[in-house]
Amino acid sequence: MRVEVRDVRFGYGASGPEVLHGVSLAAESGTLHGVIGPNGSGKSTLLRVIGGVAGPSSGSVSLDGQDIGGLSPRQAAQVVAAVGAAEAVIFPFSVEETVMMGRSPHLRFLASETALDVAKAREAMERTGVAHLAERRITSLSSGERQRVLIARALAQEPRVLLLDEPTAHLDVNFQVEIMELVQALAHESGITTIAVLHDLNLAGRYCDRITMLSSGQVAACGVPSEVLTEEHLLDVYGVRAIVGRRPELDRPAVFVISGSPRHGRRRASGGRDECAERAGHEECSDGCRPGKPDRLCGGGVSSGVDDIE
Amino acid sequence: MPRSRANRTRITLLVAAMLAVVIWAASAGTAGIPTSLALRIIVSRIPVVGRALAAWLESWLRLWSGHGPGPMPIDQSVLESAEIIVLEVRLPRIVLGLLVGAGLAATGASFQGLFRNPLADPYIIGASSGAALGASIGILSAGRVGLAALSLSSPSSYIPIFAFIGAVITVLFVYALSTVDGHMPTDTFLLAGVVVGSFVWALVSFLMVTAGEDLPKVVMWLMGSLSAKSWAHVRMTAPYVLAGTAVLTALGRDFNLAACGEESARYMGLDVERFKKVVIALGSLITAAAVSSSGLIGFVGLVVPHIARMMIGPDHRSLIPVSALGGAVFMVAADTLSRVIIPPREVPVGVITAMAGAPFFFYLLRLRKRG
Repeated sequence: MRVEVRDVRFGYGASGPEVLHGVSLAAESGTLHGVIGPNGSGKSTLLRVIGGVAGPSSGSVSLDGQDIGGLSPRQAAQVVAAVGAAEAVIFPFSVEETVMMGRSPHLRFLASETALDVAKAREAMERTGVAHLAERRITSLSSGERQRVLIARALAQEPRVLLLDEPTAHLDVNFQVEIMELVQALAHESGITTIAVLHDLNLAGRYCDRITMLSSGQVAACGVPSEVLTEEHLLDVYGVRAIVGRRPELDRPAVFVISGSPRHGRRRASGGRDECAERAGHEECSDGCRPGKPDRLCGGGVSSGVDDIE
Repeated sequence: MPRSRANRTRITLLVAAMLAVVIWAASAGTAGIPTSLALRIIVSRIPVVGRALAAWLESWLRLWSGHGPGPMPIDQSVLESAEIIVLEVRLPRIVLGLLVGAGLAATGASFQGLFRNPLADPYIIGASSGAALGASIGILSAGRVGLAALSLSSPSSYIPIFAFIGAVITVLFVYALSTVDGHMPTDTFLLAGVVVGSFVWALVSFLMVTAGEDLPKVVMWLMGSLSAKSWAHVRMTAPYVLAGTAVLTALGRDFNLAACGEESARYMGLDVERFKKVVIALGSLITAAAVSSSGLIGFVGLVVPHIARMMIGPDHRSLIPVSALGGAVFMVAADTLSRVIIPPREVPVGVITAMAGAPFFFYLLRLRKRG
């Protein structure tokens, strides 16, 4: 299912500051699309808008051409599933009960789960390798296991779009790789359009097919990882000096951060104005989304939010 | 699944416990009515099958007591007074106890799931303080002003109406305070409930200072009691508790989603804002109906859901009805204890619920920690 975000603006509350200033993004079926950007750049908010949980003040999100705003929560949940950044688990549901909740959008009021639903839940648990934990309480699982259970719950919804908010947060490196390989396989093999907010640039570079980089609520860059993860973009957007190399085993970028003084970075960023201006004249990215207005990106002209701290 | 089979056994045991407690409550007390007689009187009043059931029961009792055929040795006047005591004094009190216990516990389980907060209870959103204010105003205005309309009826018939209105108005006020742009953040709602509750309690305290000789009545009402309740109280409370608990139970799956967090629930297809409104409305009405007929009985709505969760797990589809069942049993048992513990005086039932419930809860907590 093709997910298309067109020029979305969003602010929390009627009078709250705008968090997204016209973001566009397109994700195709069977691809893993990464969303990266510094804290506060609007990554998670963008994910909420794509999922239909937050309604944009202008712009639109469409799934195969259908506007998500026109769907009821139940209808949306039959198509889009999500795994939040850190779902606090309070009640000791068993793993099977938890995964079974994913069947809810397909069940009528008061209907109980059928053998088919049990089979789908079981399939989802096997897909993420948690079937052997079925009887365990979710409160007794490790973070890595819990994350796989929540992904299984999302899969039980039989989604065509899967949204993941920092799926590897708080996980050790072995679980990070495990989760990312699972997510990549879901996208490539099951054809689920997968959009993941990631904070680890190397995981994003290693596993994503496309990456959108946000900066202060605008798209700073988009495209394949090697186009987005460049030393210039990292300096502009994150304010860190980095060396971008190649992974030895794959033709994919690997990021080595050298120093991270934002002040230093910002000052250097103004030196990048030429580069931005140059980029502003460029054609659209391969995804069809435009980079943000360069004047804002580079700290010149009308600026807002974090950029003003300078 | 093994868990569901174990749960079925536990639910059966709970139903049996409820019947046993009802029989005990109907026979225990100063009047000294034998259990078998109390049982027969109650059974004979069950519609349609009652008469047959009572006859069947009697034949069993004969067999059991070794009494041959012929009339049982019961004096007719004893039977009549026993019937009046059981049917007009004890039974309404028992039924009201079942309703109040069930309603408070079901609401407590619902609110704990909705607010994802183990400290939530039916009183957290201001219904209790509002009912207290309404009841105080009712008691005082009757004593002071002697309103013509009120003085015609007995206090026990109009105070519930004052309390009910007070509870509903207070919850509506809390709701209005915490709703912004059609959204009601749960934390804001809880905070508003606590703050409005404090304010309303201050008003109640103020009224109590000015109450004068009516003060004991207000205090007794606040302590909560099922004493001297009639079928009128039952009729007032039953529709809210029965319908409300049924709907809350029907929403069990939605509660499970909501218990995962609002955003997760929304991604699984739950219209969270609408769900919150429905649950708060139902919970408030149940609480208002329970509190207005029997005063502030604490503990049941807070702890019974926890005990139920330990027994059958967190699935709200069974947690809410089992909480209701447990609350009903607990309430009637506590109320009967309150009658028999220092006869002929009655201890306020709220005192018993806390005194008996807290140690039991800690026992279960320790048991589970060790298990």
